[in-house]
Amino acid sequence: MKPLLKVSGLNAWYGESHILHGVDLTVGEGEMVTLLGRNGVGKTTTLRSIMGIVRKRKGEISFGGADLMKVPLHRVAHHGLGFIPEERGIFSTLSVHENLLLPPAVAKGGMTIDEIFELFPNLYERRSSPGTKLSGGEQQMLAIARILRTGVRMMLLDEPTEGLAPVIVQRIGDVLKTLKQRGMTVLLVEQNFRFASKVADRFYLMDHGQMVGEFPVSELSARMDTLHDVLGV
Amino acid sequence: MSTIFGIPLQAFLGQLLIGLINGSFYALLSLGLAIIFGLLRVINFAHGAQYMLGAFFAWLLLSHFGLGYWPALIVAPVAVGLVGALIERTMLRRLYTLDPLYGLLFTFGLALTIEGTFRYLYGASGQPYATPAALAGGINLGFMFLPVYRGWVIVFSLVVCIGTWLVIEKTKLGSYLRAATENPVLVQSFGINVPFLLTLTYALGAALAALAGVLAAPIYQVSPLMGSNIIIVVFAVVVVGGMGSIMGAIVTGYLLGVAEGLTKVFYPEASNIVIFVIMAIVLLIRPAGLFGRDA
Repeated sequence: MKPLLKVSGLNAWYGESHILHGVDLTVGEGEMVTLLGRNGVGKTTTLRSIMGIVRKRKGEISFGGADLMKVPLHRVAHHGLGFIPEERGIFSTLSVHENLLLPPAVAKGGMTIDEIFELFPNLYERRSSPGTKLSGGEQQMLAIARILRTGVRMMLLDEPTEGLAPVIVQRIGDVLKTLKQRGMTVLLVEQNFRFASKVADRFYLMDHGQMVGEFPVSELSARMDTLHDVLGV
Repeated sequence: MSTIFGIPLQAFLGQLLIGLINGSFYALLSLGLAIIFGLLRVINFAHGAQYMLGAFFAWLLLSHFGLGYWPALIVAPVAVGLVGALIERTMLRRLYTLDPLYGLLFTFGLALTIEGTFRYLYGASGQPYATPAALAGGINLGFMFLPVYRGWVIVFSLVVCIGTWLVIEKTKLGSYLRAATENPVLVQSFGINVPFLLTLTYALGAALAALAGVLAAPIYQVSPLMGSNIIIVVFAVVVVGGMGSIMGAIVTGYLLGVAEGLTKVFYPEASNIVIFVIMAIVLLIRPAGLFGRDA
């Protein structure tokens, strides 16, 4: 598989604290890869550094052949990379519809508004309510939908199932499967690996700011015991 | 003659009108302050100086280039907006990562520098600026005499305030501004050039102040200190309305202008302090301001 995202030797800092210690990872075109790891090992920082939100960083990040290290934050999306933060980032002073239309389209091939409302019927019903009047699940749907409209080739998705009811988690799983069929590439951070095992092709295991393991989804059940040890769950 | 609450109707309406005119300036100025504070988190102490610059540009355009009121109404705000953009790009921008206090101190210093320079160049006394011919004279409303220019100020400032509010609440650009006010980093990650948006916002705020300055020139005299006289009241308006609330700034501007005017009728001695008394009461009861959301 052709690598779309290639990260090597990535170091990152928050102020003085050194969070990432040489992260190496690749994500192939159309692949869905999940980062596993305990809280505080640097999973979110990895996503934020790739996106360019964390600017104090060293190493190499290449995306679709472009060197992202030199790209300012407001140009990264135009290379075809979208970021959905853990806190979802729905704007309370914008209606659902305005939230949906906020990110500019960066490439052709994004979903149309009609397709999005077909995939997320709840959002259509609530399109004129303020963004933060939605339930947690609906906010997560909106956060994903918002990025789908822009035509990005790859999404960085941070803990989409956190704090959501099982039926909503399942719904988000269905959405991710649909996206996979459409050829979307996803780098997912997820604590819930029952959920991750249903959508991911491959896993990275992260500890102390670097990758300590990598395996395809087929090996997940065989590795369950070690995973429980490392993840402490 | 008819009276209202034992006050001659004419005096009552006269002060109501003066209140509305002062309120028009409060609203225009606090609107710009609220927009700048909302997005940049900078308390723009240079706002009064930018208002003064607007009036001075109008006066300079007339005395040096023979350009009258109507062209000045466009040229002066654009010029002051460009100066604002330059200030933001070269100086203010460096302070965003620091404590907001630095932005306040910087703009305060900037205001003193600009006002001091103009005082040095033109003296502290005011320069007269004639009312444009098309708006000279007055209309006898029967119960009072309304100078046309003052009516124009009220109507025009209302149009500008509502227009600005509509741009912020109803347009795409406005949705970028509102979103960037809440979470600038995420908006930037969507591919929107937030640094440019910040420059644009500061320029827009400065231009609004300058527009108020041009409007004020025929009513008050054009003087280097005209801004520092009004800006303290305008800060009180912003505090009462709620920091960063656009509609709050507009409505409170007019309300406090009227409150000040009517106090002149009923208890003239208190008219200079009534706005600050209201500010103190609002701060005690609703610290986030009448229209502000609790932070």
